Amino acid sequence: MKARVTVMLKSGVLDPQGEAIRHALGSLGFAGVTGVRQGKVIELDLAETDPAQAETAVRAMCERLLANTVIESYRVELV
Amino acid sequence: MKAAVVTFPGSNCDRDLAVAFAAAGFEVQRVWHKDNALPDGVDVVGVPGGFSFGDYLRCGAIAAQSPISAAIRSHADRGGYVLGICNGFQVLTEMGLLPGVLMRNAGLRFVCRTVTLRVATAQSDFTSAYARGQEIRIPVAHHDGNYTIDAEGLARLRGEDRIAFTYAENPNGSMGDIAGVLSENRRVLGMMPHPERATEPALGSADGRGLFASLMRGMALA
Repeated sequence: MKARVTVMLKSGVLDPQGEAIRHALGSLGFAGVTGVRQGKVIELDLAETDPAQAETAVRAMCERLLANTVIESYRVELV
Repeated sequence: MKAAVVTFPGSNCDRDLAVAFAAAGFEVQRVWHKDNALPDGVDVVGVPGGFSFGDYLRCGAIAAQSPISAAIRSHADRGGYVLGICNGFQVLTEMGLLPGVLMRNAGLRFVCRTVTLRVATAQSDFTSAYARGQEIRIPVAHHDGNYTIDAEGLARLRGEDRIAFTYAENPNGSMGDIAGVLSENRRVLGMMPHPERATEPALGSADGRGLFASLMRGMALA
């Protein structure tokens, strides 16, 4: 089973890299981009076959290591 | 007094930190990230600057899960002293020993220069040799030094006099111009600037010596 974890800065946390991307898009002529947020995607190959168990395990991984929940939120998808 | 300096893969200020401790009179031992325990009788642990584990995932995140980090946590829980500098500060926040996080510099650039810091409190064993409000010149060298904490946490740091140093001119966008913070028991200090690089006049500044001298004196009294 595969899991895909998406880690994003929480809303309200200023994202200087996202802002830089927004400015760069503007200078390339892409008008109308009113906001950019940059995050990361982490794909995991799991030996676990039970979806509920897998999700519980991946959420624990997010809390312990994959996300810093002070500023980041995460989303787990099983694929 | 005994100091231990940790080395992670990618640490690059570990030797400088060991030299600064030794110059202040500490007996220094070096420890490796895979060690499960600190040497017996260690009074202070130095977590140095650098790029532990290549800054992968988040700065300090992987180092915070190292075997030695569990030993550092036990040491801190027993009331031991811990000094985290630059990447070491990032490691300590990732471990949860200090509140807040260090985000990408607001200007997005790596900042490498000597800056003026203000000593925000002299009420700690890391800063007692300085006067409150004293200005000192200490180098910074980081890409992720933008200290960020929620409003409640910031109010708490201020209320408890736990901000150790602030920048006279903010180089990275950090909240409240914060350059270094103390733990609740005031025995864990994390700071982005490098006092260990400012211990010889020939290197541009010796203002960092006060921090190591404070520690030596504070521990002798403790």
